[in-house]
Amino acid sequence: MILLETVNLRKQFGDTRACDGINFVVNEGEFLSLVGSNGAGKTTLVNLISAHLQPDSGQILLAGRDITFMPVADRIKAGIARSFQIVNLFDGLSVFDNVALSIFSREGKAVKMASLAEHDYEVRRETVEVLGEFGLSSKTEIPAGGLAQGERKLLDVAVAYALRPRLLFLDEPTSGVSTHEKAQIMDTVSSVVRGGHVTAVVIEHDMDVVFRYSDRIVMMHEGSFLADGTPDEIRANKDVASILLGAPLAT
Amino acid sequence: MKSDIHSLRERSLLKLVAAAALILLILILVPSLVGTYQMQLLIYGLVTAIAALGFNLLLGYTGLLSFGHSAYFGIGAYTVALVVQHLGPHSMEIYILIGIPTVAIVSALFGYICVRHTQIFFGILTLAISQVVYSLVLKLYWVTGGSDGLRVPRPSLLLGLLSFSGPRGFQQFVTSYYYYVLAIFVVCVIFMWVIVNSPFGKTLQAIRDNEIRARFLGIRIRRFRWISFLISGTFTGLAGILWVPLNGLTTPDVLYWTFSGEIVFTALLGGFRNFTGPIVGGMVFTYLRTYAVATTEYWQLLLGVVLVTLVLVLPTGIVGALAKVGQSLKGKS
Repeated sequence: MILLETVNLRKQFGDTRACDGINFVVNEGEFLSLVGSNGAGKTTLVNLISAHLQPDSGQILLAGRDITFMPVADRIKAGIARSFQIVNLFDGLSVFDNVALSIFSREGKAVKMASLAEHDYEVRRETVEVLGEFGLSSKTEIPAGGLAQGERKLLDVAVAYALRPRLLFLDEPTSGVSTHEKAQIMDTVSSVVRGGHVTAVVIEHDMDVVFRYSDRIVMMHEGSFLADGTPDEIRANKDVASILLGAPLAT
Repeated sequence: MKSDIHSLRERSLLKLVAAAALILLILILVPSLVGTYQMQLLIYGLVTAIAALGFNLLLGYTGLLSFGHSAYFGIGAYTVALVVQHLGPHSMEIYILIGIPTVAIVSALFGYICVRHTQIFFGILTLAISQVVYSLVLKLYWVTGGSDGLRVPRPSLLLGLLSFSGPRGFQQFVTSYYYYVLAIFVVCVIFMWVIVNSPFGKTLQAIRDNEIRARFLGIRIRRFRWISFLISGTFTGLAGILWVPLNGLTTPDVLYWTFSGEIVFTALLGGFRNFTGPIVGGMVFTYLRTYAVATTEYWQLLLGVVLVTLVLVLPTGIVGALAKVGQSLKGKS
């Protein structure tokens, strides 16, 4: 079943066409990787779908419903969550509170001011559970600003995941960490996401990671889709290879 | 693991309650030890602490620096004065019952305008609005008394149960009023403590730390800032309501921007990143100011030196510095 569909989505910055009529389809339950060189338009596409940017034209449909101009808060309620390329956490708050906030917000409890946050045992239980899934159980009371980079990356995903989205966008969940940690992070993220039956779209540069974890790979180049297929199909695609190797296209 | 965290939290909460109870006990016993003048100073200290506590919900927890909190303090004070003048009752409860909704409505209105911006733009907007209020109060002298201000006679307390007249009336009033303000102060502290530790308070801190991420948790940022502004302004307004019967008079001075500056100073002095910072700041500032004024006519210069020293040496304020010392002591032992 198609979960998300964009129809002829366009976004231009000056003369640069960051998204040049994108028709993007995400099927329910898949783990999809969005690849391409820097400036290919991957992050712009995610920004458009997550309402961080408004498109110039085109349509975004979530499960058939038009969400093109839906505000951020409603889009999150509709089931779209995202993490950020540069880690984006609440550094002054504890690891626990970072995740708990997602749950408070999702449950519409963020406005409650007459009771202590820590006395909401339902939220506590779920927070502990999510932190456990992401392997952060021993860090709950540390301020998020005090975590190591790899843990920060995981927490960033956990905060988005705790919103229990239908569709989760992860913008470079493994950037800025060692190769060894990359595998650990992706193992954790993919097992949690698959276990939770969440559809995920991951922007990633490391092709080893991409080939290993994805069900489907979409490659972008200069604002358009260049290739779309299973890891094996993408491996066999000559255009993809030439771009990855930095060679000019054969066209 | 989970229960460990739990008991750790419970223990720190217990410690907090014990410390608060000890301080409260001292504050209750103080009147039997000191004279009327010291008690007056203590009341001013408590009132300043309430104002700063409100102010700090915006600065410390929401990350918005208001340069116009004099407006809410002043509107609180003037509301009481106008109630006295036009409606006549001399009852503190009536002042509070009319004053709080008035300040809340004004805070909601001004806040709605101000929270459309952040950072320096927010600060300038709050400053501008407070200066407009100041000018209006100064110019509309037939309503507000202009620069002469308005007199507020001694009210009765507890629905007229306690009234104060006769030769010892003032002393009796100060003693009773001290306990009255202390009780309200305690309620305010508990109220604010619950707010900053509630899901709402945590959400404010999230907005303070990272606005974009907060938005992508589905939080309606502006609405939260607005509610925070409303509560903040109302607290500071309540301080104004409590201040005016003791002062006996309200003048446009309490609406002027320098008074907003003093509220900012108070929060910085105590430490705006700690819950108790504004409370300590309010007390210390009241004494500092009083003795500075008594010692030198250049008292503002003296406060200026304190402020510069504070920013350079103790950026986290008195409470922040004490907490650091406490932590390093704990680390050594």
